[in-house]
Amino acid sequence: MSAYINIIQEYKDIPGGLIEAYHALQREYNYIPEDAIAEAAKIFGVSEARAYGVATFYSYFKVGERGRYVIRICESAPCHVAGAAEVVKALEQQLGIKMGETTGDGKFTLEFCECVGQCQATPVITVNSKPYLDVSPEKIPGILSECQ
Amino acid sequence: MAEEMRIVLRNYGKIDPLNIEDYLKAGGYKGLEKARAMSQIDLINEVKKSGLRGRGGAGFNAGAKWSFSYNTGAEVKYVVCNADEGEPGTYKDRIIMENDPQSLLEGMAICGYAIGAQKGYIYCRGEYPYVVDILNQAIDQAKAKGVLGDFDIEVRMGAGAYVCGEETALIESIEGHRGEPRFKPPFPPVAGLWSNPTIVNNVETFANIPVILEKGADWYSSIGAKSYPGTKVLTLTGDVNNRIFIEVPTDTTIRQVIYDFGGGIPDNKKFKAVQIGGTSGGFIPESLLDTSIDFDSMSGIGAALGSGAVFVMDETRDIVDVVQRITKFFEHESCGKCTPCREGTKRMNEIICRLNSGQGLAYDLTTLEKLGRVMSVACLCGLGQAAPAPVLTTLKHFADDYSAHLN
Ligand SMILES: Cc1cc2nc3c(=O)[nH]c(=O)nc-3n(C[C@H](O)[C@H](O)[C@H](O)COP(=O)(O)O)c2cc1C
Ligand code: SF4
Ligand code: FES
Repeated sequence: MSAYINIIQEYKDIPGGLIEAYHALQREYNYIPEDAIAEAAKIFGVSEARAYGVATFYSYFKVGERGRYVIRICESAPCHVAGAAEVVKALEQQLGIKMGETTGDGKFTLEFCECVGQCQATPVITVNSKPYLDVSPEKIPGILSECQ
Repeated sequence: MAEEMRIVLRNYGKIDPLNIEDYLKAGGYKGLEKARAMSQIDLINEVKKSGLRGRGGAGFNAGAKWSFSYNTGAEVKYVVCNADEGEPGTYKDRIIMENDPQSLLEGMAICGYAIGAQKGYIYCRGEYPYVVDILNQAIDQAKAKGVLGDFDIEVRMGAGAYVCGEETALIESIEGHRGEPRFKPPFPPVAGLWSNPTIVNNVETFANIPVILEKGADWYSSIGAKSYPGTKVLTLTGDVNNRIFIEVPTDTTIRQVIYDFGGGIPDNKKFKAVQIGGTSGGFIPESLLDTSIDFDSMSGIGAALGSGAVFVMDETRDIVDVVQRITKFFEHESCGKCTPCREGTKRMNEIICRLNSGQGLAYDLTTLEKLGRVMSVACLCGLGQAAPAPVLTTLKHFADDYSAHLN
């Protein structure tokens, strides 16, 4: 618990720093722990409902646990026509989970996302924000094996 | 054969973006020096005269916008750079920031001097953490060199909400709130960030400013289309041989963009449609390809220049399938603040899904059209107003694709 407090405290004096604090939490945990929301509310002097409302508004933030490697697949139109659906199928098959789920060992989470601004080489996926370009089903094993 | 013209990307590939000395050697910060030797009014008039209009989508005259903030006489004012770049198919602001971050900082500092602001924010989308690092390094170097004077710049990171590209939602987000657009007026140049006068401009808009100062308003206004002068950075995606970014004068035509620069459609297939300006842009058929890409010409054909994304589709693409992807996007990205958009995007997606799965009736097409017309006037912000454009323009230009789906 005190670990959250230390992270959040650092942004306390920055005007509008709540979102920056959430980014910092997520850098540490890959998600925003439920309890951290209550702490953030206290530290920034807003209601818990409001702090929760901010955290859940933004699709980049995830309240509650997710895997150590968050794999996001862009499904915006340019990636869609370039074959994003095949990439989704390959990822689901190889990880044995569906989109939106986390593997039993807590290692991988699969999520959809919209354009991540790397449309020169579609389809695109990101692993913990790092983009992988021109992805095809054949490339998935290699990408997954990089996650150690 | 049309040719590129690199103004915004003048330093692309020529300088080390992480070394301010390179930028200075290439003539960097001369524009700011020149600006500071002018009176604020003369500076604003010079920018106005150049004809530079916003590159973020709304196309407002940059100098005119600045004059609103200047005229308020408030003590605290802000300069905000919109680097949210959420429009699918767009990555031009990333290219600018990755390759020439100092030109953005210089443009912002010039704006700061013009309106009388000491503080700037760059709101960079959360999907670009690596760009945030580049910007922070560039800011540190500029501060160490002392080139920014008393103008301070801070980077804030977005968190994956498309609507935060809308300037008042962006301001809400910097303030640490949910990114819901505000009622306007007041407009940000009068009352924006923490209710102070705030200029929000796009990355590409700011990157144009130093050169305009250096080479003069008359030089700039003579380039490209008269009513929207200068160049535009475009990003080509979809069924086009060269999936590249280019910077071209604004009087270049869509056909030139797709065929001269894009190298045409792969595998000898035929062209079917192009959507310009990102996911909220209209779909354009073959018959309108000779339109020039400038803001007003595009509006004239019921389309938009928007962010400059150019998404090409070949004859094999099913328009209704692509549109379904788009309506789902808007349902997801609607912030929910106003009813016509919250409900409208949901129903629109519902109907398109029904059509795409072969369950649609002719009646659905009439409903879509009516719903789209209502949304484009009744929604609170540009998201809901523009969301129906892909649906309405495809109903108009690609009716056969819809008929083919009817039950
Ligand atoms: C839903 C929505 C998303 C937008 N996204 C962006 C964006 O990502 N980048 C941007 O510069 N402008 C975006 N805009 C336009 C901004 O509201 C604003 O007009 C622009 O930042 C002003 O800068 P400019 O005058 O330099 O274009 C968006 C508008 C709407 C309605
Ligand atoms: S139009 Fe949509 S995004 Fe804009 S304020 Fe209304 S609900 Fe929110
Ligand atoms: S459309 Fe997928 S990264 Fe841009």
